Amino acid sequence: MTKNIAMRRDVANEKNHPGGSGSLNRAGRPTRVPSWADDAEAQPSNPGLDRSEPLLFEIGAPEKTGVDFDPCPEPGDEFLGGLGREEDQLGLYGLSEPETLRHYVRLSQQNHAIDLSTYPLGSCTMKHNPRQNEKIARLPGLSDIHPLQPVQTVQGALAVMQELARWLCTLTHMPAVALAPKAGAHGEFCGMLAIKKAIEARGQSETNRRKKILVPKNAHGTNPATAIQCGFNVVEIEANANGHVDLENFDAQLDETIAGLMLTNPNTCGLFEPDIRKIADALHEAGGYFYCDGANFNALAGMVRPGDLGIDAMHINLHKTFSTPHGGGGPGAGPTVLSEALAPYAPLPFVKMEASGELTLVEDETALGAEKSMGRLAAFHGQMGMFTRALAHMMAHGADGLMQMSKDAVLNANYILHHLKPYIRPAFPGYCMHEALFDDKKLKENGVELIDFAKAMIDAGFHPMTTYFPLVVSGAMLIEPTETESRHDLDRFIAAMQSLLEEVSSGKTEKFKAAPVRTAMGRLDETRAARQPILVWQETETT
Amino acid sequence: MRYLPLTDEDRFQMLAQIGAGDIREFYEDVPSEYLLDTPIADLPNAQSELAVERWFAGQAARNLDAGKAAFFCGAGAYRHHIPASVDHIIQRSEFLTSYTPYQPEISQGSLQALFEFQTQVARLTGMDLANASMYDGATAAAEAVLMACRLTRRNKVLLSRNLHPHYAQACKTLGQAQDIEFVTLPAEIEGEAIGQILAHIDQELACLVMQNPDFFGHLRDLSPLSKAVHKVKALLVGVVTEIVSSGLIKTPGEMGADIVAAEGQSLGVGLQFGGPHVGLLSCRNERSFLRQLPGRLCGETVDVRGQRGFVLTLSTREQHIRRGKATSNICTNSGLMALAFSIHASLLGEKGVREMACQSHARTVQLHKALEPIKAVKIWNTSFFNEFSLRLPTGAAQLVDQLSEEGILAGVPVARLLPGHGFEKDLLVACTERTTQVEIETFAKMLQKVLA
Repeated sequence: MTKNIAMRRDVANEKNHPGGSGSLNRAGRPTRVPSWADDAEAQPSNPGLDRSEPLLFEIGAPEKTGVDFDPCPEPGDEFLGGLGREEDQLGLYGLSEPETLRHYVRLSQQNHAIDLSTYPLGSCTMKHNPRQNEKIARLPGLSDIHPLQPVQTVQGALAVMQELARWLCTLTHMPAVALAPKAGAHGEFCGMLAIKKAIEARGQSETNRRKKILVPKNAHGTNPATAIQCGFNVVEIEANANGHVDLENFDAQLDETIAGLMLTNPNTCGLFEPDIRKIADALHEAGGYFYCDGANFNALAGMVRPGDLGIDAMHINLHKTFSTPHGGGGPGAGPTVLSEALAPYAPLPFVKMEASGELTLVEDETALGAEKSMGRLAAFHGQMGMFTRALAHMMAHGADGLMQMSKDAVLNANYILHHLKPYIRPAFPGYCMHEALFDDKKLKENGVELIDFAKAMIDAGFHPMTTYFPLVVSGAMLIEPTETESRHDLDRFIAAMQSLLEEVSSGKTEKFKAAPVRTAMGRLDETRAARQPILVWQETETT
Repeated sequence: MRYLPLTDEDRFQMLAQIGAGDIREFYEDVPSEYLLDTPIADLPNAQSELAVERWFAGQAARNLDAGKAAFFCGAGAYRHHIPASVDHIIQRSEFLTSYTPYQPEISQGSLQALFEFQTQVARLTGMDLANASMYDGATAAAEAVLMACRLTRRNKVLLSRNLHPHYAQACKTLGQAQDIEFVTLPAEIEGEAIGQILAHIDQELACLVMQNPDFFGHLRDLSPLSKAVHKVKALLVGVVTEIVSSGLIKTPGEMGADIVAAEGQSLGVGLQFGGPHVGLLSCRNERSFLRQLPGRLCGETVDVRGQRGFVLTLSTREQHIRRGKATSNICTNSGLMALAFSIHASLLGEKGVREMACQSHARTVQLHKALEPIKAVKIWNTSFFNEFSLRLPTGAAQLVDQLSEEGILAGVPVARLLPGHGFEKDLLVACTERTTQVEIETFAKMLQKVLA
């Protein structure tokens, strides 16, 4: 172990504090956990900077506002069709600008974020969000334009969409891409609806009988939810002891009712499916279509082209592989690449180049090439703000940089796997791809629940990894560092995990049950939230 | 490469510790014929920040942005003024780069903001509760339709003839996958006749979807329709594409809607060439509604120390818990745009929303007064909030093209959204509080000149 890792373990290990010489980080400043951390009574991480913040309705008022308007003539109610309302009836509360800034800045400081430390969430690809992307997305020429302006006034915007489409098709080696889907799940819907329409095109008897979609047990919940939403039936297929699709189980399902397969590759256990080409061929042979969930594309971009593996459709999460920010829950984008078989059913609208070289949008089913389209998925043209960010990320990396991106993502995950497997049990043997999967056997053996361990990671300064997913592994712990973690940050994370796991082995169950203690908010009563739902603020008699 | 922190030395040492010779060994499960040896030839290699910036600046320069023109486009996306604070706050690392708040102890910022957002959305739509956002107004409407079908256990849906065409199409695309029968009557630019709607309300109806202000800008009291629909135990889904209208006219909730699907883009988000926007979905407070509401929900609770806090709740409706039986497959929604919406709404407050609505309407009244004297132009609307439709003596698309060369973005030709239905000479024009008297006069003058 290098000196750096030894120092990190010191920082994480409470036993060395308080007092004493403390330990030094690289910059030479002393780092020590404050003495009160040993206090049984819970304390926030920095009591002098308490960030608890009332609701806007508790500090604001209906009469307050932080926006000044210039004078404007009164409109009268001549044109309001009798629907005009009295003032002050909505029940909104306002704040001045200083109060607004303070309210939201204080709220922000109660949030953890990738900019703060490693966010090892498996299947989420929490990578760095380049700030150039934010600058570019905000150029007025790309953001202050209306979707329905004449197309000749937005040729640059259409060119950005066209270029993104080119990159996505080239990286995946697929002939077509639908840019319309607004998130990964929306892309799944797009792909599955295309499959449904392709089956319908074969005639009534095929439509009536081909209703079966195979979904691995370890699939993300959006997969079966989407299949059902498209009117299909879902049959779960098993994984073998190596974490791959059980080929016998899969083959047994290939009858005349098969519509398709939804497969994530690498799968949610972090493993590439070695028989994927065989699976694709057998599926096509049986008359089914292959939907690939592209959530884990970060392992493959630039290294493997899913189109070579026989897929028919794949959504790509721009907010995962291509760095658009997660923003606390979106917005994302889920452009979906399509095979020759499915391309005719692509949603509207799509960008097309005219003979003149000018770009236009095909928005109507009667237009050439759009006759079989599934129709619109949403209003307007897609998540333009995410297109600019993702394309900037792609262009910055280039083909060579994307190769390195995927390789580093896979290296980082294997580095973590290597250093943690003496402590927790990997779910499957061998190397992993961009994420490492463990089970909680070692925790359970020592009387520690996985959820408690996750909360203790928060006290150690890290967002917990994905827990209890995929469902095929009991007490799953899925760790995805991504390529934007430095060696220093990886070592810091590993040291903290090893230290915590040593505490697990030494039977410190109480510490885990009580965690988190260093956060401003302790564990929250989720049962109560569900049993007595309070989803909006209400005035009480005193307000 | 500026986004990749590992050095060659790091990689070498890490591989040595793992006991592997090359990173490609980790790809051992990939059949060798599919593992690329060299970078994909058809794509350029890495570029500097400067080079990437240059390319995008070049593309941006080819577009006529709204700030450089007299701007009158609407049709579901409106250009209001967004205070500088909004964009500043959403760019804070803790908001921009955080994940979905699944670990509530370290996500109270996002969660509390969501709780405030839900409250604001409920109040702006006149409903009891709202979810944590949808992708946009159109997909919110589509999900509202599915929700109504589940609640009533019926599958016939009546779409208002004057529903935004994109919304109607999104409803149909989502609904077709579930054998929902849609009844749509042809759009009516003069304003929708209530009689035809009433004729289709029967015991098989799951819901009626009504937009107000409608696609052509007309205002209508939804109360009589709400009564008719409730008589047959069906539901009224109200749609709003311009949420600022709630500042001046009755909300769908006040007029008897059961579910409201709206677009929130007017507040905090901007045009963005159509996305990302933010879908708003709200409903009445009934147990059955709550169980069928799709999307994320943030609820209030307490922590172990007795402090008030917020968590994502009622997750048994959602895909990550219920999988195939979920109310929707939605996962990632529009979190950061919901925050932007909420910040803008907080800055505005009751008075600000009212004033923004008044001024948007006032400018549109001015535009109406400026265009009315032009004999060649016929205005269809007797009522409107900030958008109305007019009939020109000539093709609307060609006129808009011509005026765009004069620095006027003259509105949206109706036929762009409703091709082949006889609307080729009709134009939708919209104003907001940003529209100036000078712009209005310039538009009227140019229009008069071109039509002469």
